[in-house]
Amino acid sequence: MTDTTTTSKTPWDDHGNLEVLTFDVGSERLAIEATDIREIVDLLPETRVPGAPPLVASIVNYRGKIIPIADLRIAFGMPIAAATPDSRIVVIETPIDGEATHIGLRTDKVHEVAVLSRQDSSDPPQVGLRWRREFVREFVRQADGVIVLPCLAAIFETAPRQLGSGPLAA
Amino acid sequence: MSDQDPIAAFRVEAGDLLDQIEQALLDLSNRLDDRGLIDAVFRGLHTLKGSGAMFGFDALATFTHHCETAFDRVRKGFFPATAELVHVILSAMDHMRALVDGDGSGLEATGAAILGRLQAALPESGTVTAAPETEDAAPEAASEGAGGWHLRFRLPPSALANGTNPLSLLDELRELGECRVVALCDALPPLPDLIPTECLIGWDVTLTGAIAREAIEDVFIFVMDDMDMELTPLASVAIESAAGPAPQPEPGSSLPAAPVVATPATDAAARQAPRAGESVRVPAERLDVLMDRVGELVIVQSRLSQLANSGLIGASGEVALRSISEEIERLVSEMRDTMMVLRMVPVANLFGRFRRLIHDLARDTGKAIELLTEGEATEVDKTVTEQLADPIVHLIRNACDHGLETPEERLAAGKPATGRVMLTAAHAGGEVLITITDDGRGINRERVRAKAESNGLIQPGQALSDHELLQMIFHPGFSTAAQVTNLSGRGVGMDVVKRTIEGLRGTIDIASQEGKGSTFTLRIPLTLAIIEGLLVRVANGCYVIPLAAVEECIELTAEEDRRTRGRSMIQLRDALVPFLRLHDLFDTGAEPDEHQKIVVISAAGERVGLVVDQIIGSHQTVIKSMSGVHRDVHSFSGATILGDGSVALILDIMQLVATGQQREARLRAVG
Repeated sequence: MTDTTTTSKTPWDDHGNLEVLTFDVGSERLAIEATDIREIVDLLPETRVPGAPPLVASIVNYRGKIIPIADLRIAFGMPIAAATPDSRIVVIETPIDGEATHIGLRTDKVHEVAVLSRQDSSDPPQVGLRWRREFVREFVRQADGVIVLPCLAAIFETAPRQLGSGPLAA
Repeated sequence: MSDQDPIAAFRVEAGDLLDQIEQALLDLSNRLDDRGLIDAVFRGLHTLKGSGAMFGFDALATFTHHCETAFDRVRKGFFPATAELVHVILSAMDHMRALVDGDGSGLEATGAAILGRLQAALPESGTVTAAPETEDAAPEAASEGAGGWHLRFRLPPSALANGTNPLSLLDELRELGECRVVALCDALPPLPDLIPTECLIGWDVTLTGAIAREAIEDVFIFVMDDMDMELTPLASVAIESAAGPAPQPEPGSSLPAAPVVATPATDAAARQAPRAGESVRVPAERLDVLMDRVGELVIVQSRLSQLANSGLIGASGEVALRSISEEIERLVSEMRDTMMVLRMVPVANLFGRFRRLIHDLARDTGKAIELLTEGEATEVDKTVTEQLADPIVHLIRNACDHGLETPEERLAAGKPATGRVMLTAAHAGGEVLITITDDGRGINRERVRAKAESNGLIQPGQALSDHELLQMIFHPGFSTAAQVTNLSGRGVGMDVVKRTIEGLRGTIDIASQEGKGSTFTLRIPLTLAIIEGLLVRVANGCYVIPLAAVEECIELTAEEDRRTRGRSMIQLRDALVPFLRLHDLFDTGAEPDEHQKIVVISAAGERVGLVVDQIIGSHQTVIKSMSGVHRDVHSFSGATILGDGSVALILDIMQLVATGQQREARLRAVG
């Protein structure tokens, strides 16, 4: 492991397994620890927040709470695309500035809860990566392709401030 | 509450108890011979001591014990309550608060100093006056128990652990008259089974002499509810006691037979301490959770109502469904209203604290000060009252320190010697209006101007309106160390007061007449959780403008729109007001509607117009905070959920006004 921050470590269990939810964002298949997932919901009517960072450009009413909706395409530099009938919101809970925060991830298709094995995983390559390296914790090879374990902490802690923002911020 | 830390629960209860004692003490300082108040203070101190000991606050228990003893002697008439005694006990209250809040370490010196003053405040024991209780007792005793009493009592097994000392009870009985005490040991188990902290001994006491029933019951006033006691006039037990040297334990007496429970009269006396109306303590987070659930319900209900009106269901079903949907809609809206009321508390709690402040200030300044309050039943959100306390304390300190004159000066000015500070609270629309008025010397304009000039806040001779001049005292640079006295200068200036009030989305105003006094008026929204908002539409987004900030709504005519393009100033009667096109500001990318409206808002005396597409109407808004990822978005103070479940953003007025002012300044600089 070359990552230094503790938050970015993948919590493999003693047997080198990890239970995750897999889903598609654009052309990539991502996975997030099942323990961080709160709920999978249908798309909700979104309200744009003028001046907010593009990654979290809108908010929704999730069970009476106002939560931001994040589009991970922005973090991974993918083109914006319209929702499909398979699109879902994956509500996760992640610490932002030390406070447990609900965030809705816009996904193109939710697959399944799967168990990944550490043997199949590898650190992101030092070169040739299209994405910001700190946004990826590990790649996990599967029979039908590669699953990306994104580093949500890095994406949400730093991304909103670094990814630029609208005319109102500052 | 069962999942709460008992120590935390004790601290909350002790805090309430201290508040009650303090109020009783303050009342007592005005009516020194009110026995009811003396009893109330004594009972409060006693309870505090007992529960303090029970929860391991030994320093508190010991300290309180001394105060209690002093009051016990006042209660018994050994010496009268004096203003000095009340004052010392008041300062002792602060010490007790510190002991309740902390672990008591490092406070011994303070405690000892207070006890020293307490000792000094008490008359010499030699000058003890005759106890008036014998006078009280005599007439009543004539009818009942003239010859004496026979009583038998058993304390609950937990009595010792609760801080009750049976020996002191017996001592008190002995003070009433000739007394023969026999211990009842029948309930004691064999030694190996004995738990030394349990009180299993009962007592059989024969008291001779003319003693009132009340005097005896008074001894047991704190344990009455839990104990078993038989109390009979002596004549009726004469035969019984003649039968044997000491009453033999009866077979059933290990279980007390038909105890005389406290009579209603003494029961009421024991509870004379002010009792708030039936209420339940609920952590604020639980209310928030409930509020979220109601918010969720609103959304589900709106989906139901959409379905009912969709025509997807057959005509017959639709009628039935619609009536259910309407019923639910009504219930949900009532529930929402109820939720909002739950967070409200009367300002009386807040005002109560200031009585103590005035009492202390009067002593410290040597001025005679009287506090009048009005509208204490006015209800405000709890968080608001909490945040209001500090600013009001500061304003009252200012009024007493700078505003009110000394009694001599007042008499010379033809005013009554006693200065008056008046606190009022009232509802006005969606706001609560709090005024702090003093009848002192008022604000000296020349001195304010001189100070502002010397601090470089204004140019010498600069023309200022009276309002502007008075507003100078809120300027951060105005308050300086030189004018800070030990009273009003606690490192908080009027600028902090103003900032705090504005942080509560409120305003502060001054009216002052030289020689007559000053009035500070605070306007605060009733709650921080809910605002009355004006719902507007910009492109396809809905936004809420806090209604309190809205001055007026006007139409932006097509030609005016063209004329002002790029200039963004509008002629509003006699003034030029900058305006912000929310379409541009929010970067909607959509074409503005043909008939745009301008909502003129004001904050901190500055006005800004906001150009919107449509004004939808007023909307009661539950403010929800936005998550950490939107912390850097400045234009919005929060968000709210609309009736249909969608989210609308709440505009941050202060921020928008500042933006508007910046633009105006830039425009002025350019041309």
